[in-house]
Amino acid sequence: MADAVPPSGTGPLAKREARLAWGLLAPTITAVALVVILPLLAIFWISVKPVKLADLRAPEVVLREDLRGGPEVAGDEATIRYRLRNSSQDQPILAVSFSDVIPIGLVVQSVDERCTLDGRNLTCAFGDWEPGYRETLTFPVLVEQSYLDSGQSPQDSEATIEGRSSNVLTNDSFTLENFARIFNGEEFFEVLWVTLFYTVFGTIGALLVGLFAALLLNKSFRGQGILRGLYLFPYVAPVIAVAFAWLILFDPFSGSANALLIQMGVTQQAINFFGDRPLALIMVTVFEIWRYFPLSFLFILARMQSIDTDMYEAADMDGASPFQQFWYLSVPQLLGILSVLFLLRFIWTFNKFDDIFLLTGGNAGTRTLTVNVYEQAFAISNIGAGAAVAVVIFGCLLVFSLFFLKFISREEGL
Amino acid sequence: MIRRGNVTGPVLGALWMIVLSVTVAVAMSFATGQAFRPSIALSIVWGAIAGGALVTVGRGRSVRLGILAALVIGGALGFGPVLVGPETSLASRLFGSAMLAVSFASSLPSILEEVKPGILNRHEFEGAVIRFLTGFGYIFFTAIVMIPFYVMVMTSLKNQSELIQNPLDFSIDLSKGAELFRSYDELFTQFNFGTYLFNSFFISVLTVFITLAFAIPGAYAVARLRFTGRAAFSRSILLIYMVPMIVLALPIYIAFSMTGLRNSFWGIVMIYPVTTIPVALYMLQGYFRGLPSEVEEAGLMDGLSRLAVIWKITLPLSLPALASVSLYVFMIAWNEFLLAFMLLDDPSKFTLTRGIASLNSSEIPRQHLMAGSVVATVPIMALFLGLEKFMTKGLTAGSVKG
Repeated sequence: MADAVPPSGTGPLAKREARLAWGLLAPTITAVALVVILPLLAIFWISVKPVKLADLRAPEVVLREDLRGGPEVAGDEATIRYRLRNSSQDQPILAVSFSDVIPIGLVVQSVDERCTLDGRNLTCAFGDWEPGYRETLTFPVLVEQSYLDSGQSPQDSEATIEGRSSNVLTNDSFTLENFARIFNGEEFFEVLWVTLFYTVFGTIGALLVGLFAALLLNKSFRGQGILRGLYLFPYVAPVIAVAFAWLILFDPFSGSANALLIQMGVTQQAINFFGDRPLALIMVTVFEIWRYFPLSFLFILARMQSIDTDMYEAADMDGASPFQQFWYLSVPQLLGILSVLFLLRFIWTFNKFDDIFLLTGGNAGTRTLTVNVYEQAFAISNIGAGAAVAVVIFGCLLVFSLFFLKFISREEGL
Repeated sequence: MIRRGNVTGPVLGALWMIVLSVTVAVAMSFATGQAFRPSIALSIVWGAIAGGALVTVGRGRSVRLGILAALVIGGALGFGPVLVGPETSLASRLFGSAMLAVSFASSLPSILEEVKPGILNRHEFEGAVIRFLTGFGYIFFTAIVMIPFYVMVMTSLKNQSELIQNPLDFSIDLSKGAELFRSYDELFTQFNFGTYLFNSFFISVLTVFITLAFAIPGAYAVARLRFTGRAAFSRSILLIYMVPMIVLALPIYIAFSMTGLRNSFWGIVMIYPVTTIPVALYMLQGYFRGLPSEVEEAGLMDGLSRLAVIWKITLPLSLPALASVSLYVFMIAWNEFLLAFMLLDDPSKFTLTRGIASLNSSEIPRQHLMAGSVVATVPIMALFLGLEKFMTKGLTAGSVKG
């Protein structure tokens, strides 16, 4: 009798399971690839292309067609006029041609030499057009009664236009100027410094304030649920709503905060909270802390409530004071969640765009890297430079993520 | 030195009086628009005397009533911790000092509960400090959370000239009746907010369904089925979570511009779910892992296929998790601003957030802006408060992007 050997390799059952798994994951993978991976690759591509906002619209032939002469009775003479132009001011269009159908009852008398008339089908070929090139074609026609009866006009039949134009996004011209531009000068270092300040202080601030809030609510009393719900409001409300509320509250001319400060005698003049350096940067950081402390608060509270109370009773028996209990018992227990939160929030604060964009638009020394992407791409209309900044952001994130993955596999609590 | 009752009492009393007098002054200013101003020096004097009395004389009823009476009278005569302007009405002056007196006289004795004259041990001293900090914390957090929302709601009920005249005056004239809600009325009649509300709602609900349709099978596969690359996959979900939206928004904008998907409903509905699928998948797989697999195996033994097991066993068991995930995804889609701002230009297709952004111009009075903000905030808040348990669970489970 042969010895019983455990099966090795993957059996048919395991294979079927793996197939099912990939089948279930396929829609997600496809969607994510289309909307995340593809754009990421595109960003790298665009960052080395000289693309401006205006280039997004490919050059095309613009055609206008009308009937001139205002024919009223059969036998009148008129002209069909085609006006064409190259929509782009700096890109040529190659091998331009168009074809159109002449309405019934218009008899074309003579044809331009670049065009051919086959029955009622008109075809014209022009060759290559320079940027901004214009062309006008006229055809004298004789009007018959059937045209007047039909009530049609030449514009009713859509002309089909052909022409090849090269698109900056897909052609083979590359440049490193985008990167040279964004790394150039002190501006980049200022942006980097602002990003660092905002990220570091925003993250630490939100963590500390969240820790304080969690300590407050880590006991059961009536109304605890209500307060917990209330303290989550800043995070749950739409960012645009709270950002505008802050802007109005801190408005330099008619904001309540300024009126209050003046009335309390803290300041004599109104303070321009979101318009002055370096106050604006501090204010957007404070906003970040205000908006995201609920998140740290929630996580820290959840962790606190899972700490065993026996430990505190034992410490009490041994005569540890409340501060000692906090420092020697709670803090070590919370260190794990605090560090995971720090890493996560650090990355997300680094990625934050909406808040600063809405509060200051990146003015007054608050331009972070993410705001710079928008600024370069849309305010200066230089898509390529915007993409280059995005590549820089992506590089930073890659470094953070490596760090994070290494850490989270150790922490694995979240 | 500080740990002597005779010192701790007055110091904590003075600090607590500063906190309360600032609070009362700010609250009264915001409520009435009249001039209230905390005096730090007077607060210290009043608080120190009261704290000293409570420690040395005792916390008996007569002492408390004495403090209460002294504060009310002092406040009415004009040398209480909160100073008032000459044009402040008598009623609000009395109300303010009474409010301060009651809150102070009722809270300070409990803060100084264990504090007695002479040397305190660490327990007694730190207990008193912690009670003080707790009280301060409640006031501080409630204030910072409430004030922006209070300003938002009240501004939406006023008109431009009233606001400029006295930015602190948030009192509303109830006799105006329905006229108070004029900016809301104008938003819905002239600015199309009804359409925006519907658009936002429609897009958010659709996003929830599409997200679930993608994330449920994916999460199940990651949580239950064995295949090579499972660990790598569940890790890369987290990574995708970390790609900033603005980096993706730029190529998406370009692609949508070239294909004509910009300014279309379907473009937005295509993009939103992809931003939420990774979160939803991550949250759900955590929950699926916690379900006992024996139940599912029993189903398999009885002849159900995997898909039938998911549909008939796993999903009914995970309804609470599905509710959390749906709420959370709904919130993301409802609050989303960046993509809506970049991809939508046609006012008939705006979502609420995009609609509010379009109100931010110097020609439109700002109570409209605030009314729009309230319109966007109220539904999500109502949903949140009604289903707070699910929401809180969802937020912690998803480790949540913000």
